[in-house]
Parts: sequence; structure tokens; C-alpha cells
Amino acid sequence: MSYFFSNFSYVMQLFGQHLRMTLIVLFISLLISIPLGILVVRVRWLHGPVLSILGVIYTIPSLSLFVLLLPLFGLGLKPAIIALVAYAQLLLVRNWVIGLTSVDKAVLDAARGMGMSSWQRFIQIEFPLALPMLLAGTRLATLSTIGIGTIAAFINAGGLGVLLFQGVITSNYDKIVTGSIAVSALAIATNYLLRFFERRADLVIRGDAK
Amino acid sequence: MQTSKVKPGELTTEGEPTHNNVIRSGEIVCQEVTKHFPENSRPAVDHVSFKVAAGDLVVLLGPSGCGKTTLLKMINRLYEPDQGQIWIGKEDIQTLPVNQLRRQIGYAIQQVGLFPHMTIWRNIAIVPRLLGWDEEKINMRCNLLLELVGLSPTYLGRYPRQLSGGEQQRVGLARALAADPQILLMDEPFAAVDAINRERLQSELLIIHRKLHKTILFVTHDVEEAFRLADKIIILKDGQLIQYGTPVEIVVKPENEFVAELVGSNNLLRKLSLFDVQSLLEAKQYERHNSFSKASFTSIQPQENLRTALSMLLESGAEQLHVVDNKGKSHGVITFQDLHRLLFEQFTSPAAELE
Repeated sequence: MSYFFSNFSYVMQLFGQHLRMTLIVLFISLLISIPLGILVVRVRWLHGPVLSILGVIYTIPSLSLFVLLLPLFGLGLKPAIIALVAYAQLLLVRNWVIGLTSVDKAVLDAARGMGMSSWQRFIQIEFPLALPMLLAGTRLATLSTIGIGTIAAFINAGGLGVLLFQGVITSNYDKIVTGSIAVSALAIATNYLLRFFERRADLVIRGDAK
Repeated sequence: MQTSKVKPGELTTEGEPTHNNVIRSGEIVCQEVTKHFPENSRPAVDHVSFKVAAGDLVVLLGPSGCGKTTLLKMINRLYEPDQGQIWIGKEDIQTLPVNQLRRQIGYAIQQVGLFPHMTIWRNIAIVPRLLGWDEEKINMRCNLLLELVGLSPTYLGRYPRQLSGGEQQRVGLARALAADPQILLMDEPFAAVDAINRERLQSELLIIHRKLHKTILFVTHDVEEAFRLADKIIILKDGQLIQYGTPVEIVVKPENEFVAELVGSNNLLRKLSLFDVQSLLEAKQYERHNSFSKASFTSIQPQENLRTALSMLLESGAEQLHVVDNKGKSHGVITFQDLHRLLFEQFTSPAAELE
């Protein structure tokens, strides 16, 4: 652990880069997946094709996807973010769609019958009731982004993966351990935090929130 | 606003801003209404015409798949008819803005469909809030409605999951009544409730109907329920209207074999339960100076039904029942022989006497 203490500010800088990359990916991913999920639920026939395509993307090994994007976007953060956003879509869209479609039909029938517009139904009923599933998807997608994000260091996107790659190349065992522990700490802390929001949202829809 | 009815003032919301009231009457007219779902060869509702007077409780009765729910859902335009027209008062509902229309028609369904993430207060307040009522008025309304459906105001802060099935259905009813609609649509609202609670809810619905004079369209497949509640019954089969009439008319003069079998026209006890003591007295044109034995003195009130009269005759072993109203005034006697004559010989059409 001597590496960690003697290079504290460098490790923190990489940690910051990793966190920033994850947050950017998360933000863009949600911006795409929320409307995409709603579209898939409203236009039923899109469900199969969209989820198949996202599934195929998810199975592309990350290293090869990063490399594939190189000729288009060059080195750096940009291709990394594009690839990570593409990966996150499957987990986000799938969970969000499950959340939206599992809202009790009787509840929606009552809402329609009482004269709520489709926008009011979405904001007041569908969104809050599907929120726990969306948050679960967000948590999984975030963890997956943190993990795959380490590999993005290979194309100069920075982040904690830098420590791992450097450690492997220079056979610096201490560096590898430091990098691994830092990534794990980030993932565990994120998991804990998002889990908290997920549970809250779940209590709310079950009518147990205080 | 319809003002001719006598309503306890507190339970209505007279003086609502009328500019956004699209419904001003409780009268419903269906004219040749037809609805065809693409997946079925025959129409779900087939050229159905009827008129429901304002303030009537009309039950749509029929086996499953007869089109009763489809018909109901066309009244608040959850389904649009393929042919025909539906009028509420003088308005063709097709010409009304659909969400405005629905906000002014109460809607209660079997699964209740309470919003699980909202308190009882928020659930009841949905339509009043859509209509822009102020908080204070909504609060007053919520308290009144809970009282009306027999729940304590402490329920307002609870969540649906914390309530029993029967209690949830009461809240469903309160929610349907929230904005004081002229018309209430109820789709098998009590079907999922246990038998004891169902009977209780039925009696309470009758009391509420008597108090508020809403037009209620009530869908059920339960014949007992239909006869308990209905002012009039519409019998549907395969999407067609088979018969429309009062419970007595339907039992005494069933349109065809299907109706007779459905409502049990041969069920003597059901028949007796539809007539009250008073109507029998009128039918047999009781002679006031008829002598009766004072030794056996079992009395019955004129508004009791004849099924009760029969069971009292059987229980007491008396030859006759002395009809006495609650002021102690004697109206005459009825005997077992009279009941027999009513069922099998028929005096002067008892149905006519009743209506």
C-alpha cells in the first residue's frame, strides 16, 4: 500500500477522472434511455428489435468496441464515453421498460377513467410506480460503467484503469492493488448510495414511506 | 346544474364554477350503439338503445362476455362506439372534451385501482385537484365522503395497502364521488369483496343513492346483487339488449327463456321477495271488517317483502299475519292462502299495482 500513500494526490486525480467519466456516461445514458424506454412501451412492435440491438451491443467485448471506435473518434474520453453509453443502454432500457409495463392495469384504467391526461398519468402514476425499476437499472448500469471504464484507460480516457495498465506493464504489483482497491471502493460506495435511493422509491410505491 | 332533486346540501357542491361543467344532466341515452373489436367476429355491443332517467340506479346484467363492461366504458369514452350515439342530457358525448367528460363521471371498478403510492387523501383528491378546487374545499369534501362511506377521517393519511379489501372499495366509491358527479359508472365494484362485506356495501350504496340521487350504471353478473340494487335492470346477451325493465317486470314477464332462466322466474322465493306486504293487501282488496283471530297475533309492517312474510308465517306457525305499520295502525291481515294465490292465480296484475 506504500504506492497509495506516496502517490495520494495522483490516485485521487485518477479517481476524480473515473468518477467524472461515470457521471457523464450516466447522465447521457439516462437522457437517451428514458425516452427510448417510453417509446418502446408505447410502440409495442419496437420492443423486440430495440432490445435485441441493445443486447447485441452489450455482448461486444469492451476492448474491441473501444478499438473499433478509434478510427471514428480518435483517442481520449470521447470514444470511451460513447462506448460506455452504448453498453449502459441495455440495462437501463430493459429495467425501465419492465417498470413501466408492470404498473397495474387497473390503476391505469382508473386514472384514465377519472380524466387524467396522458401526461398527468405519466407524471403522477407511471413514473413514480416505475421508478424503483429505473433506479435498479441505473445502479446496475453505473456499476457496469465503473468496471468497463477501467479498460477505457487503454484508449487514453484516463481514470483508475491507468493504474492497472501501468502496473501490468511495469510489473508494479503495488500499483495494481491500489488501482483495484480504488475501483472497488468507488463501486461499493456507489452501489450503497444508489441502493438507498432504490429502497426509498420502493417504499414510496408500496405506500410505506414515512 | 340540476337542482330539481332534493339533496342534503352538504353532500353536493352547488355553486361550482359552471363554465367547465360539460355535464348538466344525469340522463343517459344510448341510440343504436355498436362496438366491434377486431379480434372478434361478432360485435361486443350490438345496436343497443336505451334511456336511463336521471337519478335511476340501473344494473347492466348478463353473463360474462355479454358486452356489459364494453357498454359501460363507452359512456365515459374509454371505448368509442363504431356506430350509434350516446347522449348525456342534451349533449352528444362525442362533442365533449374527453377528459372533461370523464372528470364529471364517477368511475369505480372491481380491482378498485387505488394509487398505491398516494395517501387516501391524495387518492380521493385526484379529480377535485384536476378541476382546480382549493385545498380547504378538498379537505372538507374528503372528510364528508369518508363519513358517507363509513370510514373514519383518520384514514385520510393512510396508504391503500394498509386497508382491507372492503375498505379499499369504500375509498374507491368515495373517490368516484369526489367531484360530485351527476353520473356514476360502476364496473362489478363489489365482485372481489367477501360475501359479508359485499352485502354491507350494497346496502350502503343504496343508502348513498337514496341520499344523493346520482344516476348510477352498475355492471354485474350477480343476479342477487342486481335485484337488490336495481331500480331497473338491463339484460344483455351476446351484445344485444334482451330486456329492460324493473326487477318485478323482469321476473313476472321475462322476455324469453334466457331471461327466465337467468333471473330465476320460477324461483318462488325470489318472486315473493320482490313484492311488499302493502301491494298484496291492495291486490286482494282487503275488506276492513274482515274478522281475524286475536289469539295469534304476529304482526308485520306493510313495507316488508313477502318473502319475509312467508318466513314469519312458517316460523310462528300462525294462520295469518296482522299488518301493522310503525304507528300501530292496523292495515289488515295476510294469510298463507293469499301468498299462494299471488304466485299461482295472480290477483289483478300485481306488477301493475307495484309500479
